[in-house]
Amino acid sequence: MGRESMEYDVVIIGGGPSGLSTAIKLKQLDANLNVCLLEKASEIGAHILSGNVFETRALDELLPNWKELNSPIKTKVSKEKFLFLGKTKSISWPTWLLPKVQQNHNNYIISLANLCRWLAEQAEALGVEIFPGFPASEILYNEDGSVKGVATQDMGIDKEGNQKDSFEPGIELLGKVTVFAEGCRGHLGKKLIEKFNLSKDKDPQQYGIGFKEIWEIEDKNHEEGMVMHTAGWPLDNNTYGGSFMYHAENKQVFLGYVIGLDYKNPYLSPYDEFQRFKTHPSIKKIIEGGKRISYGARALIEGGLQSLPQMFMPGALLVGCDAGTLNMPKIKGSHTAMKSGMIAAETIIENIKENKNLSIYNEKFKKSWVYEELHAARNVKPSFSWGLILGIIFTGIDQILFKGKLPFTLKHKHADHETLKPANEMSKIDYPKYDNVITFDKTSSVYLTGTNHAENQPVHLKLKDPNLPINYTLEKFDEPAQRYCPAGVYEVQKENDINKFVINSQNCIHCKTCDIKEPSQNITWVTPEGSGGPKYGNM
Amino acid sequence: MKILVAVKRVIDYNVQIRVKDDGTGIVTDNVKMSTNPPDDNAIEEAVKIKESGKATEVVAVTVGEEKAQETVRKALAVGADRGIHVKADGIIEPLAVSKILKKIVDKEKPDLVFMGKQAIDDDCNQTGQMLSALLEWPQATFASKIDLEDKKLKVIREIDEGLETIEISTPAIVTCDLRLNEPRYASLPNIMKAKKKPIEQMNASDLGVDIAPKIQQIKVEEPPKRKAGIKVSSVAELVQKLKNEAKVI
Repeated sequence: MGRESMEYDVVIIGGGPSGLSTAIKLKQLDANLNVCLLEKASEIGAHILSGNVFETRALDELLPNWKELNSPIKTKVSKEKFLFLGKTKSISWPTWLLPKVQQNHNNYIISLANLCRWLAEQAEALGVEIFPGFPASEILYNEDGSVKGVATQDMGIDKEGNQKDSFEPGIELLGKVTVFAEGCRGHLGKKLIEKFNLSKDKDPQQYGIGFKEIWEIEDKNHEEGMVMHTAGWPLDNNTYGGSFMYHAENKQVFLGYVIGLDYKNPYLSPYDEFQRFKTHPSIKKIIEGGKRISYGARALIEGGLQSLPQMFMPGALLVGCDAGTLNMPKIKGSHTAMKSGMIAAETIIENIKENKNLSIYNEKFKKSWVYEELHAARNVKPSFSWGLILGIIFTGIDQILFKGKLPFTLKHKHADHETLKPANEMSKIDYPKYDNVITFDKTSSVYLTGTNHAENQPVHLKLKDPNLPINYTLEKFDEPAQRYCPAGVYEVQKENDINKFVINSQNCIHCKTCDIKEPSQNITWVTPEGSGGPKYGNM
Repeated sequence: MKILVAVKRVIDYNVQIRVKDDGTGIVTDNVKMSTNPPDDNAIEEAVKIKESGKATEVVAVTVGEEKAQETVRKALAVGADRGIHVKADGIIEPLAVSKILKKIVDKEKPDLVFMGKQAIDDDCNQTGQMLSALLEWPQATFASKIDLEDKKLKVIREIDEGLETIEISTPAIVTCDLRLNEPRYASLPNIMKAKKKPIEQMNASDLGVDIAPKIQQIKVEEPPKRKAGIKVSSVAELVQKLKNEAKVI
């Protein structure tokens, strides 16, 4: 092997809200612990994308004096709106008729990327060693099968897999406990869930794809602190999704769209639904005259409690959305992710000091407010499998009348890769042309993400069967990868009348949608060379 | 032999540059910063020379705000021995930077000063040349190959007509082209070791250098957007349009 190894008390994979909260809590509980944190992005925050309306509950517990620490949490929610969109009309839903989980008046509009940068500063001040630009690519096991740590990606490998002159081998990072905090569909988390059978007796996980653009808009259209959500157009009654528009500081609005990846029509293009959504009169009038300054997309977890895997295993813990702690009806996952990390830290301290089994994570988690929230939220997402209208009626009864305490639990029946119908049974969708003012093509969007991968390196989107896309998926589903990928990575090109499947992996913005939605699970996302991927600013 | 390498912190080359609404400059908030790419080549070359036994020490220096220190730290992680950070805020023009570097050279007495051929933010391509004039040292700019023998430096330069080979003697200034070498990766253990290497900090004013801008920047504007093309139905129409509308034939 010839790899160096370094030993720590705790090794954390991923510099998002859950990983950073784990790190901070660990050092607060015991300043002498050696804690390191790996991040695949070129800097903390560069791969973070989120709405984000932030509930401070977990942060209030973690750093009660956050207001004095120059935190980037500044814009308090001042006004709320919920709109049902028809093709050209909209109906405003009174906010007092919204379930309590969807009311935001104590929350803040933030950039989660900037919150993570700030959390990283707090962690480093406590002595956590943070290494951006180093993806964990491999899980290491002890002889007894327990997790021993991870290895970072080798650097300087060419397209064919040979070592270049600049070759630099990966490093083994060994921990008494390893914490996986990679976010939704972490590529190592996925392996652990399979190896330790952590999803046994659980429903299949449910995902969505979320888009976000930042617009700088005209003064007259900007209402700092305003939060608006929409449901309805352009999606049909059978497709789960909706939009958000948050008026942040500096004349910016955070505009986004989330679509459940359990959609059925292979012709549906989530990207184009988002672009089309912006042309609705009640949206267009706000952004018109403004300028789009950022774009990005990321998959998110929607499965909730029914799909939440067991979060402990020998030698390791899963935290945040690497397991799936997002609260779907609340449309928030940052506070639950942070809290799950803090509980992990408490568990680890008892494990290292008192030799308690990591399984105590489960009991601690069940006693926490995260579990209480997720339990109350559990029936919302599955009810939308009956369609938007029935889903809303049921959610009203479940959330407003019964406050999430109905005596039964609805199930998620299918994994997202199983829901596509064959192309010949579905109708094509005719999306409008981009106008380059309100709507844009994928190429110019990806350009805004600052995405780059070192040129001469192996493709990091692996096909189990390289012939399947053309021989099967193209025929049966019209190769939906061309449409579900938000960055134009996948193309079917005709060369001398022969179809060819092309993977432009250098465009990949690390959203993981292909790994989730590919109908035969033929695409596996693995880590590219360190620092590759988007360079998000205040996403 | 001692090599001093100047590095600059600039907006990362993958980031799309945005002009401020009021035209007073470019947006730097929430923007990823990195080492100026050809400065990475300068560090790499200095470290290579040290590894070949021809130099004994590599010192990295930067001029800029507090966070510019990260650029020096990165140089230390790929093999520089120690760092110097001259703190200065705002736009520091090439003349001010070269005056600061002259003070550092007077103090450190290096045999060679390396830096990138130009910085990708202002594209000035002046600092190396000005430093050479201030020190009255020979200069080799746009270097794509460097051979060091005793006190002689054979340098291949990238010029408009092709390649030019020159020979100069040390002490000398070399500004580096991207073709000079392939910068190495900073390994994790080396990043950790770099955290313990010393960085000496000082203020530009301590060196007695006036860093006030001498150039007045009037306005920054985005380049005009390219207009969308049109489709013509025939060659005749194309010729007609080229003749009468575009007036190019």
